[in-house]
Amino acid sequence: MDDIGQAFVIALKLIAAGDAELLATVGLSLAVSLSAAAIAFLVGAPAGAFLVVQTFRTRPALLVVLNALLGLPSVVIGLVVYLLLSRSGPLGFLGLLFTPKAMVIAQAILTLPIVAVLTYRATEAYWTNYRDTFLVFGASKLRMVRTLLAATRGALVTVFLAAFGRAIAEVGAIMIVGGNIKGFTRTMTTAIVLETSRGDLALALGLGIILVGLTVLVSGAAFRLNQRMSDY
Amino acid sequence: MRRLKRLLFILALMLASPAFADEFITLASTTSTEQSGLFSYLIPLFKQASGIDVHVVAVGTGQALAIGARGDADALLVHDREGEDRFVADGHGIDRRDVMFNDFVLIGPKSDPTGVRGLKDANEALRKIAQAKAPFASRGDDSGTHRMELRLWKAAGVDVAAGAAPWRRETGSGMGPTLNLAAGLDAYVLADRATWANFKNRQTLEILSEGDRVLFNPYGSILVNPELHPYVKAAAARRWHEWLTSARGGAAIASYKINGEQVFFLPEAMVR
Repeated sequence: MDDIGQAFVIALKLIAAGDAELLATVGLSLAVSLSAAAIAFLVGAPAGAFLVVQTFRTRPALLVVLNALLGLPSVVIGLVVYLLLSRSGPLGFLGLLFTPKAMVIAQAILTLPIVAVLTYRATEAYWTNYRDTFLVFGASKLRMVRTLLAATRGALVTVFLAAFGRAIAEVGAIMIVGGNIKGFTRTMTTAIVLETSRGDLALALGLGIILVGLTVLVSGAAFRLNQRMSDY
Repeated sequence: MRRLKRLLFILALMLASPAFADEFITLASTTSTEQSGLFSYLIPLFKQASGIDVHVVAVGTGQALAIGARGDADALLVHDREGEDRFVADGHGIDRRDVMFNDFVLIGPKSDPTGVRGLKDANEALRKIAQAKAPFASRGDDSGTHRMELRLWKAAGVDVAAGAAPWRRETGSGMGPTLNLAAGLDAYVLADRATWANFKNRQTLEILSEGDRVLFNPYGSILVNPELHPYVKAAAARRWHEWLTSARGGAAIASYKINGEQVFFLPEAMVR
């Protein structure tokens, strides 16, 4: 219990001091997770909506696979991405291993199924109600997807936040592909692991508190953005 | 909608940005070395002298050697002579050089139920712990520390193969988590002096035995063979390698202190 009280004090002290290393770590966490969630969203949301409007024979199987991917252990994805980006691997010439870009790639792959499946769910209900209207007006598949996404905007904010939340909480995969390099690929989560392993539990918890605070801020900003957009 | 498009544009820019302009090499090293804080001290000095940054990937020695064998690092700094020699013999590394050494200490609960406090002979201390079947925390992660621990048990004549010594717990993780376990269980543990000096969750643990020559832990720097791995930054890595083993690098290493104590010693000091 002592550690928890200490942790809050440490968290506040770190924020007040504007510790340079902390700011860099926070900045990296946000940059990597926002980028990854954005990529997953840009690819996965249209894909999820498209799956609703387009029927094809293998669709049920594809949906089962996507749902199954939700449960894929992130550390396995990390390992696969590591082997792909390794200098001894097929994409080694890109020199991406042990850089923030590798972490973005791993997290984007990780959160893509989440976005696709949740978008599918969000747009499915709307589709059932308005499918006939669409068909009567002879809308193209592309137009249908765009309308679905625009109509379910509120739910899509939640989808993006779910992807972001999953990304910023990630530890295992990004430690493998990022290497937890101080000042370069060390994020809030990998820093927490490091401080815990050094026995500095209060500092680790303090970083955790800051991380939770960050996630709340991003969530608030996303909802505000959604409100502003709905006002146009 | 415009605001969203603007945000996405900024994100796209971030991703498309080129790699940092700073030249850097990737050094595969061990968790104990990084956690000692040595790199935070050494690397700025090297960067000042050469303009090259050093990205340290700190993992267990076994994994560091594996990373080097895949060519994912440009140089290695590890502490397992057998592993290092095998690495060079297999053609993955060139020009192995002595860099420094630190030592291991035997840590245990203040109460010391097996009576190893003050013993100068590490073998005798380990034998006593084995006889009393006192709880002992091990890294169990194929690290340099773990390999040394296994060598010491062998030298002491104690069988610690799977199942033979249930009082010995393998955590399969780094020095910190293993120390956490020892602190929680009031167990004995072998740790490197530097990690111990930095460790904050001691509870009842303290150093009980130290100084035996067998506990000395030499570090080696190896360059990853650029002929086998074409993407290695050979020139920059060599500058690091040369600096580290030069008089300037040595002076920097010897001047690194934790709580006023020197933790890493130069090879010359080993000839005592």
